[in-house]
Amino acid sequence: MKALLIGEFREGKLLDTSYELLGFADQLGAETAMLLVGSDSQLPPYGGTLYLADASRYGEYNPDLHKLLVLEAVQKENPDYVVFLHSSYGWDLAPRVAASLKVAQVSEVIGLSDRGFEVGCCNAKMRRTVKPTSPKAVLTIQSGAFMGLQPGGTPQVQKLATAADDNVTFVGYEPAEAKEVDLTRADVIVTAGRGVGKKENVPVIAALAKALGGELGASRPVVDAGWVEHSHQVGTTGQTVNPKLYIACGVSGAIQHLAGMKKSDFIVAINKDKDAPIGEVADVLVVADVLQFVPALTSKLQ
Amino acid sequence: MKLLVCIKQVPDMESRFKPDAGGVWYDGGDLAWRMNEYDEYAVEQAVQLREKLGEGTELTVLSIGPDRVVEAVKKALAMGCDNAVHIQDPTASSKDPWQIASIISSYAKDKNFGIIFTGMQSQDRGSAQVGVTVAEQLGFTCTTTIVGFDYDNGTITAKRELEGGIKGIVKLKTPALVTCQMGLNVPRYPTLPNIMKAKKKEIKTIPVADLLKEEPLTATTSFHPPAKKGGGVVLEGEVGVLVDQLLGILKDKTTVLR
Repeated sequence: MKALLIGEFREGKLLDTSYELLGFADQLGAETAMLLVGSDSQLPPYGGTLYLADASRYGEYNPDLHKLLVLEAVQKENPDYVVFLHSSYGWDLAPRVAASLKVAQVSEVIGLSDRGFEVGCCNAKMRRTVKPTSPKAVLTIQSGAFMGLQPGGTPQVQKLATAADDNVTFVGYEPAEAKEVDLTRADVIVTAGRGVGKKENVPVIAALAKALGGELGASRPVVDAGWVEHSHQVGTTGQTVNPKLYIACGVSGAIQHLAGMKKSDFIVAINKDKDAPIGEVADVLVVADVLQFVPALTSKLQ
Repeated sequence: MKLLVCIKQVPDMESRFKPDAGGVWYDGGDLAWRMNEYDEYAVEQAVQLREKLGEGTELTVLSIGPDRVVEAVKKALAMGCDNAVHIQDPTASSKDPWQIASIISSYAKDKNFGIIFTGMQSQDRGSAQVGVTVAEQLGFTCTTTIVGFDYDNGTITAKRELEGGIKGIVKLKTPALVTCQMGLNVPRYPTLPNIMKAKKKEIKTIPVADLLKEEPLTATTSFHPPAKKGGGVVLEGEVGVLVDQLLGILKDKTTVLR
């Protein structure tokens, strides 16, 4: 069995998350080859075949061009699986590759079982096992689900080149907003999730954060709704934190949120919904109404 | 220009999900249904573009599923879509993303749509494949996870959400498909007059058999709850007691109260 791994290269370095692709392939028991849009002068340690497209030409993501690069490597390598990370790059590119090859795609794989690939569903509350029925398959794996493997060795480089129309053009990056709050340094973070109900209830959560000498965090829906500033957002598109104590108040626990806080030393979740996925990572799940429980906890602390 | 927005009706995510008789999807019997949250942003963006372009623009909303999905379609009409297509499929949940995309592109292929809007993924299935696959099948340009959108004279300028708060700005030539992320806009609530007006709008029904010619490429073998992480304590009961229990645990297991 052979897997073609699609690495992600940014600013002259293979992203650490790309090593999770190797961890996944190892668990799958597959031989690997890797494709990278990178540079000759900065080859990553890796013992297999490395399909390399020159970053100075293919560096910024152009979906049509990158699709053709992957298809060219697929033709040369004839892999059973083409594996991406489930990232803004992977979820954008993988379905294009799968559709071009007319093969199955399984998205956001979190584990393997003898009946297929395990994936999350229903906002991460449930799981499905999915089996490709085509001879090849495209997979995206959830970042953090598989242990990264640091390979050694020198790759055998095969250069790729292709050309495509410029129907989609990359204009530039917009940097992340300046962080007014550095949650990465906080010992205690108390996070407001959608379960707080409305903007007017946010101070209830902030008061608990203050009583514990911590910072206020927020989940994505709360930031999108304008209840709390983006600089407080925890998760993939916000900050990744590991405080001594993390208290999630009315946070359901979307995968993107869990990715940003699951390494916290101790996690308390307060939620009415006993089945909320936040319970999966919580050391303590308090099944209660946030607006009753949090003020009671705060007043006891004061 | 003709515009299309594709929506899915999904259960309220606060629901308790139980496997169905086949054990490969949830039992939909007792669930409350609503429009997939990502799709609300797609509808809002499509309606905003419809309003900006004005006369000569037609916005169609499409949904695949059993008759209950007409409720979600009516909401999209009340938000400002001009007309609707209901692709009637009582067993839509057993179709894989490749088939769902094929149904949409088979409907759309001879309709001359300029821009198609979808959510970035559904909240229940969450494959994030259908939009991109439709674009591939139709030969449309495509970008995903947009949090900013502008259209001018055949070109879309979209802001993609990348990791760590960074955004990528891309330009696409139409015909194009964009998949919408939360936070793209503020989806409107349908007003009562618009709900009344929507009742007069056309909802065309097409049986799925007229459009689906593709076999699935994946099979679901199981639907189940996640394995519980060991060691997690669940506290239930009266609030005052819970507070004392939690404080006891925090004093014991963490250093933050010392």
